[in-house]
Amino acid sequence: MKRIYVREEWCLGCHLCEYYCALADRGGKDMARQLKGIKIKPRIRIEEGKEVCFAVSCRHCTEPLCVKSCLTGAIKKEGAGVVTVDREKCVSCYTCILVCPYGALSPAERGTVQKCELCAEKPGGPACVGHCPNGAIVYEE
Amino acid sequence: MAIEYQYPEYEVVRDHDRCIGCRVCERQCANCVHAFIEEKERMTADESKCVNCHRCVALCPTHALKIVKNAHTFRENANWSGQLIREVYRQADTGGVLLSSMGNPQNHPVYFDKILINASQVTNPSNDPLREPVETRVFLGKKSHRIERDGRGAILPKIMPSLQLKVPVLFSAMSYGSISYNAHEALARAAEALGICYNTGEGGLHEDLKKYGKNTIVQVASGRFGVHVDYLLSGAAIEIKMGQGAKPGIGGHLPGSKIFGDVAKTRMIPAGADAISPAPHHDIYSIEDLRQLIYVLKEATAYQKPVIVKIAAVHNIAAIASGIARSGADIIAIDGFRGGTGAAPTRIRDNVGIPIELAVASVDRRLREEGIRNEVSLLAGGSIRSSADIVKAVALGADAVYIATAALLSLGCHLCRSCHAGRCNWGIATQVPELTKRLNPELGHARLINLVNAWEHEIKEMMGGMGINSIEALRGNRLMLRGVGLTQKELDILGIRHAGE
Repeated sequence: MKRIYVREEWCLGCHLCEYYCALADRGGKDMARQLKGIKIKPRIRIEEGKEVCFAVSCRHCTEPLCVKSCLTGAIKKEGAGVVTVDREKCVSCYTCILVCPYGALSPAERGTVQKCELCAEKPGGPACVGHCPNGAIVYEE
Repeated sequence: MAIEYQYPEYEVVRDHDRCIGCRVCERQCANCVHAFIEEKERMTADESKCVNCHRCVALCPTHALKIVKNAHTFRENANWSGQLIREVYRQADTGGVLLSSMGNPQNHPVYFDKILINASQVTNPSNDPLREPVETRVFLGKKSHRIERDGRGAILPKIMPSLQLKVPVLFSAMSYGSISYNAHEALARAAEALGICYNTGEGGLHEDLKKYGKNTIVQVASGRFGVHVDYLLSGAAIEIKMGQGAKPGIGGHLPGSKIFGDVAKTRMIPAGADAISPAPHHDIYSIEDLRQLIYVLKEATAYQKPVIVKIAAVHNIAAIASGIARSGADIIAIDGFRGGTGAAPTRIRDNVGIPIELAVASVDRRLREEGIRNEVSLLAGGSIRSSADIVKAVALGADAVYIATAALLSLGCHLCRSCHAGRCNWGIATQVPELTKRLNPELGHARLINLVNAWEHEIKEMMGGMGINSIEALRGNRLMLRGVGLTQKELDILGIRHAGE
């Protein structure tokens, strides 16, 4: 399965991935129009220390703790594939947020939880990958 | 206190309707121009620090930024330009020599722009490079005087050490130290993929780049940094740097602040020590001395590698080149006065040297007149800006060209001409780790390959148009060129006719 991998040595910590993620979530092409005056809630986040920075998003683990912990069965993993959230079933108990060791889940803007689902329905692949200015985020097998 | 305030040269124009406060401009500016005012949730800029490198402009996701030249002006006149007034103030403040980067920006004639290329019409057919082969492969080095045959008439091949290039382009010398490791890796990988060569410059060859040896020219300059026998043996050719177009007659100085870790190790000097390249080679005071160094290098490499002698284009260039051709060099590289640099005294860069077009034409003619043109190949450098410049340089007598500024542009350089500050926002002319990582060689080398491939297509198109199917047949073929708006003297030196003649 293709996953998003982050090459820490090329991450500039520019945070553009977060903004393109937020734009992909809202839809539309004009970032100024979509994100002006809004505090974004991206599904990918830059972790940065003094000299190190890298983007973190869902690893789509082989044995995902979020899936195991989900009270309602809203979080699913089909075979070896993408870990997805069914928003109809989610009751916003946030147990998944507590158990994820990567901090890859977060409360969504419109309620329930959100996580990277690899821009599954978007043509052209994940927005963060396509817009990383330094090739630090790749989408590979 | 002296009054030293100077109004900023550039203005950062931000469209606040578009700015979403993502702060990418702030994070990416090594000069700390941009800042976020928390209480107003608004970006602001300190323009006095802006060098107009466009890093923020290029990365702004909402295209909210542009940089414009400040309209604020001195009471300029034709004699005292704003630039000159500003420079006098700066020198009065500091008492220092002015430093600049990249090539000569002065309004001297660009002869390439006054030369036009021929094309076939009616009486001679043009070629279509998409359907017919057009050869751009070149061999650089000495060529034999005559063809020798055995008793049955078969040619006895006598191939002297030479460089083979798929396209008549090489990436010229930029040292590791003056540019980043990532920039070097991008150049090396692109050179390998393109079947051409890049040049280490005078800073030695990083261990990890040794594997690109057959596409590497190793340089021996007056500071002899990083020179040892393995270094010489690892390259495809050795270049003795006698001069540089941007600063003829001047040495180099890489500040100690850039010399640490691998840079110091590769240069074989202590970390923190300034790397000073003397103006002359202290063992070369004549053509005979140069000959000695050439043969020292050849001896050290078992006569397997061609030796290049690189000189700046200066007034007696033809006589100098003739001497070099007789000194045993295989290739002469001439660097015109528009050639780039990581740092040069401004007055030297702007006032010393001559244009590469005139230098190449006169050297080629002189060597042919003396019957020694086959003794050396000629490389032209010093602001080759496009494939058309390459075609014109070859038709004026060059075997191939050196490009560096164009190569850096393809790596992201925006010609802000602040290399000497060491805070290159594009990760090229810097050693600061968080800046050098901005140049990912994976992306950079692909862009270099694109550039040279595009130029190769264009060269073939132009050659095809002239009805020429081999770059060998274009070399020194001045009939393919015509001048516009040039004096008879200029045309005579270039060896071309005026348009319409």
